[in-house]
Amino acid sequence: MTEKTVLNATHRALGARMVDFGGWDMPINYGSQIEEHHAVRRDAGMFDVSHMTVVDLHGAKAKDFLRHLLANSVDKLKVHGKALYSCMLNEQGGVIDDLIVYFLGDEFYRLVVNAATRAKDLEWIEKQAAAFGVEVRERPEFAMIAVQGPNARAKVLGLLHEVDRARIEKLGKFAAAAAQGPHGMPLFVARTGYTGEDGFEILVPQEHAVALWEALAAAGVAPAGLGARDTLRLEAGMNLYGQDMDEGVSPWEANLGWTIALDEGRDFIGRAALEKQKAAGVPRVMVGLVLDEKGVLRHGQTVLTANGAGEILSGSFAPTLEKAVAFARIPAGEPGEIRVDIRGRELPVRLVKYPFVRDGKPCEGI
Amino acid sequence: MSEIPGDLKFNKSHEWARVEDGGLVRVGISDHAQGQLGDLVYVELPEIGASVTAGNAAAVVESVKAASDIYSPVSGEVVEVNEALNDKPETINEDAYGEGWIFAVRISDRAELDQLLDAGAYEELIENEDH
Repeated sequence: MTEKTVLNATHRALGARMVDFGGWDMPINYGSQIEEHHAVRRDAGMFDVSHMTVVDLHGAKAKDFLRHLLANSVDKLKVHGKALYSCMLNEQGGVIDDLIVYFLGDEFYRLVVNAATRAKDLEWIEKQAAAFGVEVRERPEFAMIAVQGPNARAKVLGLLHEVDRARIEKLGKFAAAAAQGPHGMPLFVARTGYTGEDGFEILVPQEHAVALWEALAAAGVAPAGLGARDTLRLEAGMNLYGQDMDEGVSPWEANLGWTIALDEGRDFIGRAALEKQKAAGVPRVMVGLVLDEKGVLRHGQTVLTANGAGEILSGSFAPTLEKAVAFARIPAGEPGEIRVDIRGRELPVRLVKYPFVRDGKPCEGI
Repeated sequence: MSEIPGDLKFNKSHEWARVEDGGLVRVGISDHAQGQLGDLVYVELPEIGASVTAGNAAAVVESVKAASDIYSPVSGEVVEVNEALNDKPETINEDAYGEGWIFAVRISDRAELDQLLDAGAYEELIENEDH
C-alpha cells in the first residue's frame, strides 16, 4: 500500500511526475529536474518532505538515553532549539540511520529520521528507550516543507506573523523555534536543510500544509521534486542513507567521522566496535570523484584503483557543474590513477575533496 | 504531450523510425519516452558506418535519472548521426520527433518496417502503460 502525504493532490494538480519513494507516492519533478535544481541554487525552492518521520522523546532521562543511543553527543546541545546531526549505530558500529535531533527542553527532544527506515528505527528506539523510561511518540500529524535557496529565508519570513519575524530572522544555523505562519497556523521552523543552501525546514500541522504550500508558491518559491533534492544534496556533499551507508558500513567508512563524539566516559551503542575498527585500521574510505569527460557516474559502477576495486555509491550529473560527480567507497591507501567502468569503457576520474558546491558556487578544485 | 506524427513507426521500446527518400530511416525516441526519462544530459551516438540490427542497442541516452539503451527499429548501416546532441542533448526533450533525432540508417531489409507499430497502435500502447 503506497502512502500519500497531505500535499499529494497539490503535486498532482501541478503536473508532477510521481514515483514510489520508500513506499510513498512522491513527486520526482514538476517538469524539469534541472530547472528545479537551479531554482534552489539561485533563488528559492520548496520540497514536500512530509514522508520523513518525526519522533518526540519525553522523560526525565531523555538526555541520558540519547547519550547512549547516538554516536554524536547531545551534550553539545546547550540552548533550547539547537539541533545536531548524528548517526544511530548498531552494536557492530553499522549505521541504522542518520537523523537530526532537536533539544526542545530538559526532558524533551525531537528526532527527524528517514522515511524508508521508519519501522526499524522506531522498533530500535523503543527497545533502547525502555531501560530509560523515555516515552517515544511518533508525530504523524505533522507535514514538513523544506524551503531552500539564497532567497528562501526572506520569503518565509514575509509569511510569518510580525511579532515572530525578527526572532526567526536571527535564528542561527542548525537551530529551530516556534512561530506563527499565515492565518496564525503554528509552525516549527528549523534553519536546516539538505541542499547546501541556506533555508528552513518547517514542520506544520497537516491541516495547514496545503495553505502554507500555496502561500509559499504565491511568495515566489518554486516547487521542486525529490530528483532535484538528490542532485542538490550530492553536490553539497551530503550522504543518503541506504545508498552511501547502511548497517554494514561504519561512519569511518562513510566519511562521517566528524559526527562521532568519542567523549570521555560516554558508552554509546557501537562505540566499542568503532574504536576497535579505528585501532585496526579502517579498510575502506569514502571519496569524492569528478568525471571531466562526457558521461554520467552512477550508483553501482565499478571504481578501479591501485589498491583494488571499489564502487560508486551516489553518482549523478551535477547541474551546477554541468558534469558528473559521485561518492565512491574504495580500499584505503594511496589509490593512484582512478578509473570508472561505464558500460565496459574505463574512464579516468579525479579524486576531490567535497562538497562539490556550496552556497550556489562550485568549490575550489572541482 | 505533443501529438504523435502519423508518418512515424515505433518500437515497443519507444524508439521511432521515419522512412525518408532513398531507403534512409531516421531514428529517435518518442515524446513519451523523453518525458519518462526526464532532462537528458548525455547521448552516446553510434559511429557512422557501424552496422546495427533491429532490436539491438545502437546508442545510449542518459538523463539525470538513468541511462537507457536505444534499440534500432531496423537493421542496416548508420549513415548519419545527430552531432548537435553532443552539445545539446536537451534537444531530445524539446523536440523529440524533429531536431531531437539520434541517427539515420540505410535500411537493409524493408520488410522489417512491417514489424513496427503505427502511430495509432503506439498511442494505444502508452495509454495502457499509464493506467
